[in-house]
Amino acid sequence: MKTEGKKRIWSEYQKNVPDDHFFYVRSCIRQSFFPGSEQVFLKILRDDLGKDVFEDPRHTTCTGIGYHGDVVPFETIQTVVARHFALATEAGYKNIAISCVTSFGIYTEILETWKHFPETLVKARENLFKATGRVFDLPETISHASDIIYKFRDEIAAKAKYALTDITTGEPLRIVEHIGCHYAKMFPKHGIGGAEFPHVLVGMIEKWGGSVVDYPERRHCCGFGFRQYLVQANRGYSLSSSKKKFESMEPYQPDMIVSNCPGCAMFLDRWQYAINEIDGITYGKDDEGIPSLTYEEMAALMLGYDPWEIGLQYHNVQALPLLRKIGVEADPEKRFISKDGSRLPEPAGLINNF
Amino acid sequence: MRDLFGLLMRDVRFEEGLNACMNCGVCTAICPAAEYYNYDPRRVVDIVQTRNNEAIEELLRSETIWYCGQCMSCKTRCPRGNTPGLVIMALRKLSQELGYFTDSEKGRQQFAIKRAIGGNILNYGYCVPSYAVDPMAHPEQGPVWGHFVEHLDDVIARCGGELNGAEGPLRKIDDDTMDELRRIFDVSGASEFFETIESASEAKADEMGLEFKKEGTDFEYFRYVYSTDNGEHQSEEIRKEAYENGR
Repeated sequence: MKTEGKKRIWSEYQKNVPDDHFFYVRSCIRQSFFPGSEQVFLKILRDDLGKDVFEDPRHTTCTGIGYHGDVVPFETIQTVVARHFALATEAGYKNIAISCVTSFGIYTEILETWKHFPETLVKARENLFKATGRVFDLPETISHASDIIYKFRDEIAAKAKYALTDITTGEPLRIVEHIGCHYAKMFPKHGIGGAEFPHVLVGMIEKWGGSVVDYPERRHCCGFGFRQYLVQANRGYSLSSSKKKFESMEPYQPDMIVSNCPGCAMFLDRWQYAINEIDGITYGKDDEGIPSLTYEEMAALMLGYDPWEIGLQYHNVQALPLLRKIGVEADPEKRFISKDGSRLPEPAGLINNF
Repeated sequence: MRDLFGLLMRDVRFEEGLNACMNCGVCTAICPAAEYYNYDPRRVVDIVQTRNNEAIEELLRSETIWYCGQCMSCKTRCPRGNTPGLVIMALRKLSQELGYFTDSEKGRQQFAIKRAIGGNILNYGYCVPSYAVDPMAHPEQGPVWGHFVEHLDDVIARCGGELNGAEGPLRKIDDDTMDELRRIFDVSGASEFFETIESASEAKADEMGLEFKKEGTDFEYFRYVYSTDNGEHQSEEIRKEAYENGR
C-alpha cells in the first residue's frame, strides 16, 4: 500500500515533542487543586523515564486567568511570558513544558502573535528589559505536559504495574477523555491531532488498555468560561455546560473521565457534587459518580504509585470503585492523614465513598 | 463622535479576529454562551464590521459583550478565519478603558475580577492559590475543598511539596520576583488599566449609593457586582429548558 499520500495528509496533525531537557512551568489551578499531579509528573519524567526537567522557582503565574478574565492586558501577559522565556534562556533550556492548558493556549497565542505582528515582539522585549533587565531567546519547542506523557506512553506501558482494564471481567475500562478547549481549538497545529482529531489522551488510554467513549458532546467546553465561573452570579453558565456533558456521556456508563486541562478536571468533579446536592443525580453506573482524573494521576496509577500520595483522595467523586476495578490495593483509611501520620477528619458528603 | 472602530483596530487581537464575516452563523451554532444567554456572536461581528461607531458604542455599553466564555470554539469553526472570541476580548478591553463597562450589570463584574484575581496576582504571584479560594464563598467546591484548605499544609506535604517553601507547588514567590512582576504591570499598562477599573467602579458605586472601599472584598459594592443577577440575561426558552425540562 502506498502510504506517502496518507503521511502527507496527516502531517499537519503531527507534533514534534522533544525527547529530553524540559523547562517546566507550573499551573496556578493544577498546583492549587491537584498539587500531587504536578509532583508525580516530575517523578515520572525524572525517576521512571530518566529525563532532565528543570524548574526555576522564580517563575510566576502567567496571569492567564486574569487575561481571559479581561483584567490583564495582552501586552502585560506577553511580558510575563517573556520573563519565563528569559528564565529558560538563562538556564540554557529551549524546550518549554507547560502544566496548564490555559497557559499553553496563551503561549501559542503569544508566539503566533509575535510571528504575525513582529512589532509586538519588539515591544515585549522592550517592556521586559525595562521592568527586569532580562533578555530572552524564543524557545525551540513548546509542549503541553500531556504531550510529553503521550510521547512516552509506550515506555510507561512497558513499566506499568496495572492496566486500564477491569480485572474481574478482563474488559477495557470505558473512559471519557476531555481535552481543554485552549489546547488546540485556537491553534490546532500545536496540538497532537489538532482540533479535529485530538489524540493526546486517546493515545494514552488505548496504549494502557482502556477504550475511549465517543459521545455526542465529547468536544463541548467544560464550562469554565473564566468570568462565567469567577463571578458567583454567572456560575449557572459553568454548571450548565458540564451538566450537558454528563447527560450526554451517561448512557455509555463511563468508568472514569480524564482531562488534560486542570480546570476541566476540577469542574467535571465539582459540578458532579453540586448536581448531586441539588438534584440527587449521579451519572455513573449503579448510582455511582464518575471519577474525574488528571492524566498525570492516570499515568501514575498505571505505574503503581500510591493513590493517596498523588492526591487522588482530593476529589469530591472518590476513585475507590475505579481502583477496585483496576486492582489497585489502597486502604481508604489512609486517605486523610496529616504530616505526622495522624488521621484527619474525613470530609462529609463525598461521592463514591465506599 | 469618537472613532471607536479605529480604537479597536489598534488591538492586534481585533485585527486578527475580524476579517470578513459572511453571516453564516456557524460561530453561534458552536457557542456555549449562545446556548445559555441571549447571545449571538454572529450579530456582534456583524455590528463591528459595519464600522458604525454609534452601534459600536451601544455594544460597548451593553450586557452582550460580557456573555462569551472565551472557549474559542468559534475560532476552529469559522470558514472565513474570523475569531468572534478575539473581537469580544478587544471590545471588553475598550469598554473598560472608556469606562463604559459600568453601564451594564455584567460589565460591572469586572471590578470583582480585578479585585479578586488581580489582587491574587500582585499579592501572591498566582491567579488562584488554594488559600484564596474561600470554601464559604465556593459551596460548589464541595466537602473535599473545606478539608483541603483547612489542612493545606498537610495536603501539600502529602503530595510531596512544602506550602510556602522555596520550590514546588504553592511555593512562596520570593520578594525580588514579586517586584519584577509588579514592575512588569507598571511598564506594560496593567497598573494603569487596574486604576481605570477602580476609578470607574468607585464612581458607579457613588452614583448607586453603595458603600465602596479602596481595598478588600468585604463591602456593599463588591458583594453587589459579585452576586447580582437581574434574571434578564437568558431567554424564556432557555430558562424553560433549564428549569422545567431538565431532569
